[in-house]
Amino acid sequence: MRIKQNKLKSHPKNRRVDGVGKVTGKAVFAADQMPGHLLYGAVKRAHVPHAKVLHIRTDEARKCKGVHAVLTANDIPGAHGFGIIVPHQRVLADDKVRFYGDGLALVAAETPEQAQFAAEQINVELEELPAVFSPEEALVSDAPLVHENSNLLFEHTVHHGEGETPDTAINLLHTYRTQHIEHSYLEPEAVVAWPAEHGGVVIKGSVQNLFSTRRSVAAVLDFPLAKVQIIQATLGGSFGGKDEVMTLLSCRAALLALATNRPVKMVNSREESFIESYKRHPYKLSYRLGADKDGYLKSIQADFIADGGAYASTSQFVTWRSAVQAAGPYRVPWVRARVRAAFTNNNYTGAMRGFGSPQVNFAIESLMDELAEETQLSPLEIRRRNAYRDGDTTPTGQKLPGKVTLIEALENVARESDFEKKWAQYRANKKSPVKRGIGLACSYRGVSLGAEGTDAAGTLVAIQTDGSVIVASGITDMGQGSQTALSVIVAEEFAISLSHIKFLNTDTDRVPDSGPTVASRGTIMGGNAAYDACITLKNRLFHLAAQLYGGNVDDFHLKDSALWRGNKRVIDFGELADKAFAHAVPLMAVGWFKAPKTTWHEEHGQGTAYFAFVYGANAAEVEVDTETGQVRVLDVWACHEVGKIVSYPQACGQVYGGVVMGQGYGLFEEYHQEQGIPQLRNFDEYTLATALDAPQIHLSFLEHPDSLSLIGAKSLGEPATEICAPAIVNAIFNATGRRIRELPASLERVLLGKQLRRKNQRTSLTKEQP
Amino acid sequence: MKISFTLNGKPISRDVAPDKRLIDFLREDLGLIGTKEGCGKGECGSCTVLMDGEAVCSCLLLCAQVQGRHITTIEGVQSGNELHPVQQAFIETGAVQCGFCTPGFVMSSAALLEKNPEPNEDEIRRAVAGNLCRCTGYSKIVKGIRIAGKRMREKS
Repeated sequence: MRIKQNKLKSHPKNRRVDGVGKVTGKAVFAADQMPGHLLYGAVKRAHVPHAKVLHIRTDEARKCKGVHAVLTANDIPGAHGFGIIVPHQRVLADDKVRFYGDGLALVAAETPEQAQFAAEQINVELEELPAVFSPEEALVSDAPLVHENSNLLFEHTVHHGEGETPDTAINLLHTYRTQHIEHSYLEPEAVVAWPAEHGGVVIKGSVQNLFSTRRSVAAVLDFPLAKVQIIQATLGGSFGGKDEVMTLLSCRAALLALATNRPVKMVNSREESFIESYKRHPYKLSYRLGADKDGYLKSIQADFIADGGAYASTSQFVTWRSAVQAAGPYRVPWVRARVRAAFTNNNYTGAMRGFGSPQVNFAIESLMDELAEETQLSPLEIRRRNAYRDGDTTPTGQKLPGKVTLIEALENVARESDFEKKWAQYRANKKSPVKRGIGLACSYRGVSLGAEGTDAAGTLVAIQTDGSVIVASGITDMGQGSQTALSVIVAEEFAISLSHIKFLNTDTDRVPDSGPTVASRGTIMGGNAAYDACITLKNRLFHLAAQLYGGNVDDFHLKDSALWRGNKRVIDFGELADKAFAHAVPLMAVGWFKAPKTTWHEEHGQGTAYFAFVYGANAAEVEVDTETGQVRVLDVWACHEVGKIVSYPQACGQVYGGVVMGQGYGLFEEYHQEQGIPQLRNFDEYTLATALDAPQIHLSFLEHPDSLSLIGAKSLGEPATEICAPAIVNAIFNATGRRIRELPASLERVLLGKQLRRKNQRTSLTKEQP
Repeated sequence: MKISFTLNGKPISRDVAPDKRLIDFLREDLGLIGTKEGCGKGECGSCTVLMDGEAVCSCLLLCAQVQGRHITTIEGVQSGNELHPVQQAFIETGAVQCGFCTPGFVMSSAALLEKNPEPNEDEIRRAVAGNLCRCTGYSKIVKGIRIAGKRMREKS
């Protein structure tokens, strides 16, 4: 095992393949497309949380200047609904409005202003319905129904260990709450759609998961999949957030483009993005923890309820991950977990970096510190006593595969941050109003999709006759750097310079359906597929070499942009490619990687949930002003086991960005709705960490190449963000002695122990109640 | 109305609606797409351009306000084929991820280094506090600006 620590040297080899385009402003993002004869789309939205659609009158809008089309649900040729699991989210509301951001009608006009004006002239008659805004209230028997049937969106259970709850010396009962989080990708959603020259439609936009979007667009337009081409524009961030909301924009723009026979552009303003896009699920997490007097865990009973909002989206899978990982990375002989998601009339919730884990990590890592306090052990010691080690079994009955590096990660951040000493020292400080604190958190995380579904990906590698290489993958680069990571793999296999590789943006017409780019699966899936393609091509080249130069296939290898036989340089890689072309050797290959098998039995909540796991730990040092409640995060130490690092600068970028996103989750961010109405709609009120807030971050990686991954790499994107918030909250406790069980740890919560808010009446069951 | 100003070192004179935002004029009328709109409210800094050397949000400026001024956009920050030291350093340090905020950061950083060739870390962080980035955690952006400043000092 190798430990890389704080290496911040420049790695010219691994510079981003899209770096120059991005620093010069030449990269073309979705909203930067300016084709000729362009029309602009606008949406008439409901702006009520729950209502029956009685009538939509469009005649005034049609008469407006510059208008080319006004469409309602009646104009949709195919399916009205879409959705990854349940296809019930309407492209345009037909029967009911289910949340504030639902759309009712579309306009295409010659300027954005004309389109917007015309949309405002659409006359909508709605009958408001009793609505429900909290998942607990949604599951009460006479609660208003969001859809036709029950408000119970999904329920998972995990059952581990026999008998009743064991009797234990220590019993802790605590409830934690988390908030809605807006992804806050800097680039708002945008798309351009145009009619294809031989029928069908082409859509180019800020789409994260092109293949699922294509399935929905094809169903809505009643086209075969082959007639819908979706091309990824350079994406300005996603973090799980440009999935369904981009399907919505894609469907709408395509409908307008086909209705007008012109290209149609739709760009969300930041306000539209806030009200229309899905969020990270808020959870209420109730735990009952049993431990012996020495702090060894004996039982965990976990009951979570998540606000799924108006549509099913990916809630079923998000809550599944929460159920699988409900007991944290700890040995617990008896576990009962129940995780429910409920429909409400809030913004719907879906995938966001972490995907059902940040909520659980916050709760279980807080709870472990509460256990440490109860037993008078240090947070490090309580984790040492309970953390997973090699060969342990999870609550789903899965023996952890490979090396379990949790303790190493924990010890690493504890050592680097001088945790034990500082923790004891800060705990004793009762005098000064500005107090320091240090906190710890750790996690394990299942890699890729696991038992959620089919898990395979393809990457296309095409050697050109001069030895330069074109690479394209079904895995999308949203900014995380997968184009660079995959290019690095290809460059290393062919022993050529990164500058000889061109990476194409994902295009559904030209690469195989590789599933979604989610679940930190980009490098492991797309990278292994790239490796597979390289191996195929190298075999072909070495066979040709054996024919041309004699010897066996195994005698050849590639080094320094050339073919070598043993220690003798034979021919330049470019010339070899040219010879291969002359001998009709195919120079293009599609590599494929299929994840190892996983299993799941829903009934008992048992199975081999994931084929591999990664481990990580964070320590956070804070300064709390006990007179204002302000928390400054000074330093964060992050250690992650990643299998093998493919591209070091990109790996660092994931951790730096993940930590600061986790800081926002812990301290600043909350998408707040009152009675289903968004109370903040832009970055003036939804506060992201700035350069002045971001801490100094000290990172280390543990490398332990995984045998199930050909390239050794596992996952990093999500682990990097999921444990910063609990480390901060634990540090606040160390500083102040005040336990915060609800995120974010805002000034008011730190100072007063509660959030201050405008006192709107909370009458979510019916509008008439007092 | 007719407005005349200097754009990326060249005089420009156009008929334009006085209430048109500078960002729309740049992107839609002139095709200078490197300037990005992230919030439309002066909060995210993605639309940052230089007006007489000062970093400003082009989403908050109307065309009429740039009459007679010097405006520099991301397209005008490099000299010929040579990248601005900030651009070069951003590539080297890995300060770029999704890249949507990057042009704004380049402009704010260029404005800072023009006025203060040797900023300390706090001054750097303050200078880009009006630019939001969701990907990088700012670490490498700050490092990139420091390296660019050092190179600019060595060169001059």
